[in-house]
Amino acid sequence: MHCQAPNSQDPTHQARKLDALDRRLVDSYQRGLPVCTRPFHTIAERLGSSEDEVISRLERLQDMGVLSRVGPVFDHARAGASLLAAVAVPEAERDAFAELINAAPGVNHNYAREHDFNLWFVMTAPDEPELEARLDALEALLGVPILRLPMLEGYHIDLSFPIPWAELERA
Amino acid sequence: MKTTDDLEFAATGGARHAPSAEAECRLRGLLEQGLPLVPRPWRTLAEQAGMAEDQVMACVRRWQADGMIKRLGLVVKHRRLGIQANAMVVWNVPDERVAEVGRRLAHETAVTLCYRRPRRLPDWPYNLFCMIHGARRERVEAELAAIVERLGLGDLEHRVLFSTHAYRQCGGRYVREGAA
Repeated sequence: MHCQAPNSQDPTHQARKLDALDRRLVDSYQRGLPVCTRPFHTIAERLGSSEDEVISRLERLQDMGVLSRVGPVFDHARAGASLLAAVAVPEAERDAFAELINAAPGVNHNYAREHDFNLWFVMTAPDEPELEARLDALEALLGVPILRLPMLEGYHIDLSFPIPWAELERA
Repeated sequence: MKTTDDLEFAATGGARHAPSAEAECRLRGLLEQGLPLVPRPWRTLAEQAGMAEDQVMACVRRWQADGMIKRLGLVVKHRRLGIQANAMVVWNVPDERVAEVGRRLAHETAVTLCYRRPRRLPDWPYNLFCMIHGARRERVEAELAAIVERLGLGDLEHRVLFSTHAYRQCGGRYVREGAA
């Protein structure tokens, strides 16, 4: 499965390695992948390419780490339980704490941020009791209180947005 | 005499009854890992989940219709494209204004996520969260300043928490271990 820590050595300038067809794929299909027998064939027809070409482009983008996957994004609130969590840990020990958090079941997204609460992660579980149990267990392991911030209302909960290709070229 | 449909089912091991809850659960677990990049991905998933190809597609369409699936497509790792600046902007908004401010923020193209969450006093006074992504930090800061100006949010206490490192960035795994 595609769930490693991203390679922090080389995250930049991948955009330049994407040609026009790659970019059209990204621009056109962050949503609306056809649900038909041969979806990549349908995409290829729309983009004036071939099924093989579309599949090999997607494989390459996945290998480059530009795509985490091709598939559905589930609504967290309906697909199970999840919650945004944060801890305040000594900056010098941040990596070690982050490793413990990553090793806990159900953690996705784990970021260092500029604040006293310097580690932010999303904890997921099949249901609410399991979510609480996972957080309690992690809290005991870390020895610091976990700030628990469940979503109460979502105003815009879809992380797909136009990629600023031109700006990335200049970066 | 066998029809094409029968042959299809023979090929996928499917049966002419509705997929079981277990099979649907397996399918969800498989989908969380992404589609196999093959000409007929739904058929491959069907074989793995113990369903028929058309049942898999019907299931996915149903989950799209009822909102369980928010979108279906390429899940981009923005950082790998050079979209490096990822700001979580947190706001302390009076409760009676929070829904209105949240909806207006959500309409801004630069804002990619916008949620209301509980305050946790005294440590955490912020009840509205939004994300702004961009290639560079200065660009995100300028974008935020423009939003504050445009929406007249200058009176609201807020903080910008840029991310400095991504330890993990991946899709949710909600299905219980062993279910998939």
